[in-house]
Amino acid sequence: MTDTLTQQWTVVCPYDRVDPERGVAALVGGEQVAIFRTFDGSLYAIGNRDPIAGAYVMSRGIVGTRGDAPTVASPLHKQVYDLRTGECLDEPGVSVPVYNVRLRDDMIEISR
Amino acid sequence: MKNLVVVGNGMVGQRFVEAVRSRDTTGEWRITVLAEEGRPAYDRVRLSAFFDGVSPEELSLHTPDDEVDLRLGEPVVSLDRERRVAVTGAGEYPYDALVLATGSYPFVPPIDGRDLSGVFVYRTLDDLEAIRDFAKGKRTGAVIGGGLLGLEAANALRLLDLSTHVIEFAPRLMPVQVDEAGGAMLRRYVEDLDVKVHTGAATTAIRPRNDGDVHGLTLSNGEWIQADIVVVAAGVRPRDDVARAAGIAVGDRGGILVDGTCQTSDDRIFAIGECAAVDGLCYGLVAPGYAMAEVVADRLLGGQATFPGADLSTKLKLLGVDVASFGDAHGTTEGCLDVTFTDPATRVYAKLVLSDDAQTLLGGVLVGDATAYPTLRASVGGALPGPPLALLAPESEGGGTGAGIAALPGSAQVCSCNAVTKDQIIGAIHEGCTDVGAIKSCTRAGTSCGSCVPMLKQLLAVSGVQMSKALCEHFDHSRQELFEIIRVRGIRTFSQLVAEHGRGRGCDICKPAVASILAALGSGYILDGEQAALQDTNDHFLANIQKDGTYSVVPRIPGGEITPEKLIVIGEVARDFNLYTKITGGQRIDLFGARVEQLPQIWRRLVDAGFESGHAYGKALRTVKSCVGSTWCRYGVQDSVGLAVALELRYRGLRAPHKLKSAVSGCARECAEARSKDFGVIATDNGWNLYVGGNGGFRPRHADLFASDLSTEELVRLIDRFLMFYIRTADRLQRTAAWIEAMEGGLDHLRAVIVDDSLGLCDELDAAMAQHVGAYEDEWRATIEDPERVRRFTSFVNAPDTPDPSISFEVERGQPVPALGERRPVTLGLPTMGARQ
Repeated sequence: MTDTLTQQWTVVCPYDRVDPERGVAALVGGEQVAIFRTFDGSLYAIGNRDPIAGAYVMSRGIVGTRGDAPTVASPLHKQVYDLRTGECLDEPGVSVPVYNVRLRDDMIEISR
Repeated sequence: MKNLVVVGNGMVGQRFVEAVRSRDTTGEWRITVLAEEGRPAYDRVRLSAFFDGVSPEELSLHTPDDEVDLRLGEPVVSLDRERRVAVTGAGEYPYDALVLATGSYPFVPPIDGRDLSGVFVYRTLDDLEAIRDFAKGKRTGAVIGGGLLGLEAANALRLLDLSTHVIEFAPRLMPVQVDEAGGAMLRRYVEDLDVKVHTGAATTAIRPRNDGDVHGLTLSNGEWIQADIVVVAAGVRPRDDVARAAGIAVGDRGGILVDGTCQTSDDRIFAIGECAAVDGLCYGLVAPGYAMAEVVADRLLGGQATFPGADLSTKLKLLGVDVASFGDAHGTTEGCLDVTFTDPATRVYAKLVLSDDAQTLLGGVLVGDATAYPTLRASVGGALPGPPLALLAPESEGGGTGAGIAALPGSAQVCSCNAVTKDQIIGAIHEGCTDVGAIKSCTRAGTSCGSCVPMLKQLLAVSGVQMSKALCEHFDHSRQELFEIIRVRGIRTFSQLVAEHGRGRGCDICKPAVASILAALGSGYILDGEQAALQDTNDHFLANIQKDGTYSVVPRIPGGEITPEKLIVIGEVARDFNLYTKITGGQRIDLFGARVEQLPQIWRRLVDAGFESGHAYGKALRTVKSCVGSTWCRYGVQDSVGLAVALELRYRGLRAPHKLKSAVSGCARECAEARSKDFGVIATDNGWNLYVGGNGGFRPRHADLFASDLSTEELVRLIDRFLMFYIRTADRLQRTAAWIEAMEGGLDHLRAVIVDDSLGLCDELDAAMAQHVGAYEDEWRATIEDPERVRRFTSFVNAPDTPDPSISFEVERGQPVPALGERRPVTLGLPTMGARQ
């Protein structure tokens, strides 16, 4: 685990800028991050690049659940990813990076 | 190798060749087919479909086979049995075995004037083409013969816009198949179609006009019927002339005499199909012919098959009326009892013939509703599958045949076309067939006339096969069920739906499906409130995502008609935003390579110039393509562009289970390719023909003719209902073609629902469409006029002025395309222009 004291947090946007069960894209230290808000209000952040198609589109996928897992489906070819781990649930061995996300004073912050 | 000569290439001849080819794995027989007609085998049972617009190609049964020497237009004129050769006008063909499949010829009674110009028979595609050609510009027609073929011919004349008469010698229509009461009911249906019926009347002469063409008929009752064209459909006779001349034994009433192995009096010569008289009896149906073909094929390859006898039951649809007869339809069995059911209101007549103890079903007649036919036919000779009245009453009145299937004996034939019993089907289900398609490929049941398909479904159900209709892990319901739940309960949000009727929080399958249902039920702007979270990226950004994450934009160009000013605007927008442009198959222009944040600016320019969304991104109406039509085209008979524009504007924005495509052609030349569309319209001299269920794409399908010669108002009403019924009842991502194919009762059922209002739904469907038309608003305009909505179109939430750095373009043929660098796919075998160094 990264030491939270030395972590670099980037303030991205107000919480209400992310609609429930949708995502937004953000630039964090030159990397494209997709930030999602699930139905229960939780936030998740993963890499915005679809590792199968190679395009930066993950933030525009449909948010939902598979079993207990909060998920997003790639908008290009619909592979589903676990928002908690970044693992692709349809293609074993495929994954996207996961970022830390927190809420401070109603602002969403991301760290690598 | 031994020589096998087949004389005739009709349905039975063709089936025989296929049967030999599939069994003859060692190449024992070299096959030569000598055929009289100039075209290979076609589906004569469906011959009349020709007048519904089905092409000869679609009727063809021919599959090319290099191992079969098929000689068309080369009839056998004689057989030399001494030398064992078949003789044609072109040569001689030696045989080790010869199979006569010469079929039958139309019987023309010896009436004065039978040879006049304008008198036709109804047997081959050539006959039908000749009838069609001669009927041009004529006004009246008469058919001699009120049997099955006669009524088909009468329908053909009707479809050719002739005022039509039918003359039948017997006291009722279809005397062979139905009894007097059934014939009377049938007559009411036929007369409703403006066909004049004359029963109990013989034609005494056909009279010519001064120019020698036919003028009319005189009847034995003294009546004179004017007719510009006459079709003789007075039955058929076995085609036994070649056999007869060769000294082969024939029956007293014609037909080549064969035994149970289909062998003639010459042990090297066989006869099958309508030309054969098995133990003295000729069969005018295709199923017994197929059975004979299988017997001879089996015997020629060492088998011991014999002709099992034939089931003469028939079920047909004549002039839109279901008619069926089975078993001892006329009650000729000693002491038999009749149970009849007549309902003049719904125009249904049914009769069951029972044994004298009322325990065994012997036969019956159904007119007007033949739903019970498969169960009843399969029960002939066995115990009744239920109380007689419950079996006879139409399903809507609480009867129905579902209960009967379990009571059928295992030996009962469910599919009589291919002789498949209930036991065989149950066996196939136990071996793993879990749907109708699997049963068809496993047993051949249901692959010919298809009338037993409902029974196959029932057998699957009673065998405990559950066909899961669950949409996804979040809902156990099908799309249709969800539609009804949402509609009836007035549910307006996904959250309420999934909380009350599902589990979890949805996925990329159920969310867009629910979004589409909510949209179809009139929920307004598709990105309002919670609906935004349901939409796929295309609907969410009102544009089509492409492989590099950019979007394409398609403005609506109704009917493909566009002014020069608007064309210039599209060009300017594409130039200013550096977009790749391409003309689509739907007569519009696609603009590619727009980044998310550019979309509102692009729409602003387009909307200001009078464009609106083309919904290329939605499961919605795409385009109504059109040909030039009567405005300019010298062939056009109606204004196809005007209608296409009107239809496109009426149905724009309509959300459906899948995309919807349409086209309008201004004449029968069909330049708009309307028959490849979900709903296509083709102009006629009198109005419009409506076709439904067409499809291009992966599995092309021609649309079926749904209704003819409609006024524009009638046409629009039918399309309204068709679309709304589709939206209500189709599965997710099921195009109209698959929807109709999967529908129980198919096109007839669809017609019953939206033309005859059999489900009492039409008012609701009409109201739903009226609501859609009234509530339509352009989604692009609605988006750009609301800053909150525009806010979504951002590259990065924390850097809205930075475009996605991963997107870059290179130039190909003067236009921007995604820069793929090393990943560009290599085109094989195509010269690359200008690449040579």
